[in-house]
Amino acid sequence: MEAIATLGRGTLNTVQVLGRSALFMLYALYAAIIPPYRFSRVLKEIEFIGAKSFLIILVTSLFTGMVLALQGYYTLSKFGAQGVLGSAVALSIIRELGPVLCALMVTGRAGSAITAEIGIMKITDQVPALEMMAIEPIKFIVSPKIVAALISLPLLTAFFDLVGIVGGYLVGVLMLGVNEGSFFGEMIRATEFSDIYGGIIKSLAFGFLIAWISCFIGYNAKATTEGVSSATTNAVVITSLSILVIDYVITSVLL
Amino acid sequence: MIRVENLNNRFGHIVTANNVSCHFEEKKVTVLLGGSGSGKSTLLKEMVGLGRPDSGSIMFEGKDITRLNRKELYELRKKMGMLFQGSALFNSLNIFENIAFPLREHTNLSDSVIKTIIKIKLEMVGLRGVEHMMPSQLSGGMTKRVGLARAIVLDPKVVFYDEPTSGLDPIASGVIDKLILDLNKKLGVTSIVVSHDIESAFRIADKIIILFYGNLIAEGTPEEIKNSADPKVRQFVEGSPDGPIPFTLTDKDFIEDILIG
Repeated sequence: MEAIATLGRGTLNTVQVLGRSALFMLYALYAAIIPPYRFSRVLKEIEFIGAKSFLIILVTSLFTGMVLALQGYYTLSKFGAQGVLGSAVALSIIRELGPVLCALMVTGRAGSAITAEIGIMKITDQVPALEMMAIEPIKFIVSPKIVAALISLPLLTAFFDLVGIVGGYLVGVLMLGVNEGSFFGEMIRATEFSDIYGGIIKSLAFGFLIAWISCFIGYNAKATTEGVSSATTNAVVITSLSILVIDYVITSVLL
Repeated sequence: MIRVENLNNRFGHIVTANNVSCHFEEKKVTVLLGGSGSGKSTLLKEMVGLGRPDSGSIMFEGKDITRLNRKELYELRKKMGMLFQGSALFNSLNIFENIAFPLREHTNLSDSVIKTIIKIKLEMVGLRGVEHMMPSQLSGGMTKRVGLARAIVLDPKVVFYDEPTSGLDPIASGVIDKLILDLNKKLGVTSIVVSHDIESAFRIADKIIILFYGNLIAEGTPEEIKNSADPKVRQFVEGSPDGPIPFTLTDKDFIEDILIG
């Protein structure tokens, strides 16, 4: 009997949290589209989520492209098909690795920071202070982050794709000696527009997830030091897992 | 100014307000005293609309704060200032931007006017010259003073102080007490102070209200409170560890508890 009650309570709690997070997100979106707009806040968040992620995205994408070329060359040469290396690298990055790895890196860098920032604002009474100054905290803190994530992630993903392909070129063509013409020729022939916009759709969805989950968890963190630290961990774990699950869902819908 | 009527609050089975009624007079300093868990902070939150009571009403300018919607509440809050216990300054903004924040949000004043207003407010709290420092570079007492400057920047009618002297050294506490009195006397700001600092309460209060586990046990001028015969009030004033407010949590006999378990 106790077990059933526990199960029921757990389910109810989960459903409740999901419901609250949905309302939270809807409210933040609604607050984002009604004036007054906070362009300067959005720009600041784009700087934080987007511009400051440039370096880690640069390194991640360069090495991802390089290792893909290395692995791809090894596998493809078994069939004597080194010529299609360019398309193999480009399609893996554009369709899959670009959006996913980009989102995971941004989660680790910016998602955790967003949760911690909002959690600390709560501990130090900055959220009620906004309320007391008659400023809507969700509109002020959360909405700009969502807009900024929706703008930043596709751009970062495009940048990831580009640098990843350059990485593949460095290893495939310059190091392993794949013919330059067939590397790019195959790439252009095999890559369709739908591959690219599929990747962009994914990056939009991931940007939305990152902002939503990290803001919601930060906003609901317990107002203690442990509360914020566990919220930060939870935000990263839950966001990363959701990205992988949603990635599968979007891929299966788009195919 | 603010009238609390038949207010009831409970968290689970802990009662934090038991039919509390009291009145905070205009242009006076009222100190709400009580130990931890007395319900004074909850009452403060409800007076500014950051929390809602289970029942009862809180009247401010003819409106019941407990029944306002968000928009009405925000309109009313422009007439309220609040100094938070930890000052609640935005640590990403410097002192100038922190104080300028409500002005930039709610007014269309030009930069030069904002600059002047901030000079005036900082002068009031004795901190002119710290505009370009970050909150983390100031001491606890100084951040409280900046927090106060920010709380009064829109010239509110009421200022709420949440434990303004807790965690401060005696000199810094004295400074805050003086600032509360100054604001009250010079600007006629109604001041509502939540505190457990009895010394400070006697220095600044026109009226003291003592809460004890959700019950209002005393209400009066500092003189009346000092001379009260109520044993609970006496214990609070004298700070005795044991008395009507017990030292131990359980009323089970100690020897019995050890022997029988």
